[in-house]
Amino acid sequence: MVQLTLPKNSKISQGKTWNRPDREGDWKELKVYRWSPDDDDNPRIDTYFVDQKQCGPMVLDALLKIKNEIDPTLTFRRSCREGICGSCSMNIDGTNTLACLKGMDEVSGAVKIYPLPHMEVIKDLVPDMSNFYAQHRSIEPWLKTDTATPPGEWKQSRDDREKLDGLYECILCACCSASCPSYWWNSDRYLGPAILLQAYRWVIDSRDEATGERLDNLEDPFRLYRCHTIMNCAKACPKGLSPAKAIAELKKLMVERRV
Amino acid sequence: MAMRTPLKTARHLGSAKEGADHFWKQRITAVANLFLGLFLVWLIASLIGADHATVKAKLADPLIALALLALIISGTIHMRLGMQTIIEDYVHTEASKIVLLMLNTFFAAFVALASIFAILKLSFGA
Repeated sequence: MVQLTLPKNSKISQGKTWNRPDREGDWKELKVYRWSPDDDDNPRIDTYFVDQKQCGPMVLDALLKIKNEIDPTLTFRRSCREGICGSCSMNIDGTNTLACLKGMDEVSGAVKIYPLPHMEVIKDLVPDMSNFYAQHRSIEPWLKTDTATPPGEWKQSRDDREKLDGLYECILCACCSASCPSYWWNSDRYLGPAILLQAYRWVIDSRDEATGERLDNLEDPFRLYRCHTIMNCAKACPKGLSPAKAIAELKKLMVERRV
Repeated sequence: MAMRTPLKTARHLGSAKEGADHFWKQRITAVANLFLGLFLVWLIASLIGADHATVKAKLADPLIALALLALIISGTIHMRLGMQTIIEDYVHTEASKIVLLMLNTFFAAFVALASIFAILKLSFGA
């Protein structure tokens, strides 16, 4: 059955406080989840203070400032710092989002930062994405054709290209999947919103010739039908996409091909 | 430690290639339940304060009896499908899951049969 309480070694304790304000400034408090595989300690919440006058406006700016100047042991993923690589996804102020797109001024009081929920933690804010990436691999996210490759490119009408809008922008940050209760309970078998949105992106690509085969692989009580239209995915997506809509379209296609 | 690649785990036993049927049946029965449910509300309202003989007379009308039977069949199918979803969502031990899925079917079948029996008994005026 579903486990409702945290196991003993996952209980979170109060950690250290770093860089208490010692002068005038626009101080922001950040409470950050910390856990390291290198010791036997339970996870803890460390408190950091950052002077916003000497720091960029985004949560990622504050995390970088902490790592560079206050506590170099703080571990998190980041790369592009402008919402296109999907590396810095984490749970900020109770919602999964990208640290680089979340302004500190959007959060009243202390900024609470946790790793993406219900994923194994490698260290601090770094979750293990292996299963997520393997699930993406399992839907074969590339153009599949039997027709001989044309000399130029595979052509697509403007209308067909427009069908990919709202899908191709997905950066695989996993904010949606990690916000989905169905994915929390069944991430070993349910593909989750991000991967299903990606799957739909290939199913409706006018150039792809493996549509039926793709639907065959998705038609499964767990892979697809664990989605109960909870809509957390659409709420969480930092790119404003709607995986829930993509999943609904997949379910419609499943019916369409049998009635 | 299971020495398996993440892809092996993700592919698991492959696709069951079913689920659309469950999805479709749940929608069909939901639509049927909506109308049949409204009919039931009307039926109960029209029988408020009625005695046993009046109810029997009402259920002797084949249209009313048929509508009630349809509600029982559609309702119990919907109930079974819904509970099946909940069991699959939350029960992760294979043995318990199988047992619960079987009990779910038995329970829904029992409710359906007992209700059908009661309606027929009243309708045929026993």
